[in-house]
Amino acid sequence: MKPIVMEAIDVVKALGEGAGQVLALKGVSVSLRGGELTLLMGPSGSGKTTLLSVLGCMLSPTAGLVRISGRTITGLRAEELAKVRRQNIGFIFQSYHLFPTLTAQENARLPLDVRGERSLAALDKAQQALISVGLSHKFNSFPRDLSGGEQQRVAIARAVVGAPSVVLADEPTAALDKENGLAIMGVLADIAKDSARAVFVVTHDPRIEPFADRILRIEDGRIVADEARTKGLN
Amino acid sequence: MHDTAHKPDIRKGRRKILRIPLILILASRNLFHDRIRFVATIVGIVFSVVLVTVQLGLYVSCERMITAAINQARAALWIVPSNAKSFEDTSMLDGPERFQALAIPGVTAVVPLVTGYATWRKPDGGTTIVLAVGFDPDKDGFQPWNLVKGSTDDLITPNGVIVDRSYSNRLGVSDIGQQAEVTGHKVRVVGLTDHIRSFTTAPFVFTTRERARGFVRAPTNSSNTYYLVQVSPGANIAAIRAELNRNLTDAEAITPQEFRARSLSQWLYGTGAGAALIGGAILGVIVGTVIVAQTLYSSTKDHLNEFATLRAIGSSAFYIHQVILCQAFLSALIGFSIAAVLGLVIVRATANGSLPVVMTPMLTLGLFALTVAMCTLSAISAIIKVTRIDPAVVFNR
Repeated sequence: MKPIVMEAIDVVKALGEGAGQVLALKGVSVSLRGGELTLLMGPSGSGKTTLLSVLGCMLSPTAGLVRISGRTITGLRAEELAKVRRQNIGFIFQSYHLFPTLTAQENARLPLDVRGERSLAALDKAQQALISVGLSHKFNSFPRDLSGGEQQRVAIARAVVGAPSVVLADEPTAALDKENGLAIMGVLADIAKDSARAVFVVTHDPRIEPFADRILRIEDGRIVADEARTKGLN
Repeated sequence: MHDTAHKPDIRKGRRKILRIPLILILASRNLFHDRIRFVATIVGIVFSVVLVTVQLGLYVSCERMITAAINQARAALWIVPSNAKSFEDTSMLDGPERFQALAIPGVTAVVPLVTGYATWRKPDGGTTIVLAVGFDPDKDGFQPWNLVKGSTDDLITPNGVIVDRSYSNRLGVSDIGQQAEVTGHKVRVVGLTDHIRSFTTAPFVFTTRERARGFVRAPTNSSNTYYLVQVSPGANIAAIRAELNRNLTDAEAITPQEFRARSLSQWLYGTGAGAALIGGAILGVIVGTVIVAQTLYSSTKDHLNEFATLRAIGSSAFYIHQVILCQAFLSALIGFSIAAVLGLVIVRATANGSLPVVMTPMLTLGLFALTVAMCTLSAISAIIKVTRIDPAVVFNR
């Protein structure tokens, strides 16, 4: 059995206040295991992004527990949550969110810098991360000089450079064409081969289902299906 | 997945990163990214710092002018007419003050000075008011400073006076040997000083005590304005002063520091000139702070998405504050450097004017600290803005 690196237990999240309050998550339980790529699929407004924000330690659940590497993070203050994020979680965003004024190498080095790792070893890690996503020749390129696929690769390098136990990806292929989207999923699937790391991808895109080890389906704030998969890549 | 198609350019990147910390890279590129805004920021800082430099430079210049004569005198104590407000306050002493001072143990010498306003008549007609300063050229207590031509010894020649060459137009004399008239007495220029400016705009005219008495129409041949009290090394100045003040009537003994403070109070604060200069400097700081705050805030707003991303990937609030403070510091450094060059040009351009702008190393350091403080203060609104960022917004953008 693969180890659980992150789990949410009976998580409820209410958004808004008073009469306008809505329950975005209604008792969601999710376990992310090392060495697995899990997809979260569901229609718009089903609670995907809210669940991602809770798992990503950006939103505190209204009720329920979130654990990462065995540590309960429910109730932590903003700075403590930021520390949990920088030590345990790598993020990949739909629109990359690269820093336009930093080179690929500097973008990849950023998570290490915010951790206080500023030695030559940090530089080597950033370069290795870029090499691992196929961008060894783009170290000094700025995002404006990179294609969408290359920018997302830089974002992946940035997400994995600090060796996080969880990588959370929000619609990582939504802004890419099919070829680039599949290539990016290939990179994420490679990352998920590490048994100490779970990869969790929120997506609408059914074309990437073959990359998943598990697929969770969410509707109206509840997990309605949890399917284990055998990867069907050609 | 490893890329082997291209040779990694590791050395080039390493060189670049080792030179500059990432926070500084991010701050500088954020700053230079929008060039128009950057130029506006720098213009604001330069305008503000130059304004403050000129105001404070003039303030220091006035201070120096007002206290120059007191600073040049060699005295542990000054005996002045009671309640004398400044060096230019020209009441006269005609009593036994000098001997009272000499009678106190520890007092080694008491050097008299005569000062007073007089009318200078130019050789080619026209008059101007001058401040006559009479001293004993053979005594070590008070001598004109910045003497560039002639000698104080020449004052013993008939009608000898020393004037400052920066007042040559006002006085109608520009070189040794030229003649004029002071309160009906013929005078001949025997020496020229440089940059001895007067805050009251009445040029100093240095001469012997006896001649000065004539210029200022002193009541008697023994009238003096001040006595410079010199004491032996290690003497208890406070005790001597107390003893003097017990015995003096219509006069008082004060320290040079007190005399400086009184003079500054009279001319800088009593006239409102100091308040105007300080007020101008404060206005400069306020204008600069507002301009920098506005541009930093707008820059931060433009980069809010990046700061939210930083927060999302786990940076502490302090890390982000450091980026903004770095931007503020860089703005301060660049703005101050340009302003310092402009300030230097102004200092040079006004050096021979009637009211030169003065820069001292301490003033320069103080202005730099003020610029940094101003820019740091300006960063507060931007810092408050980023502190409120919700990292979860990165999922919605």
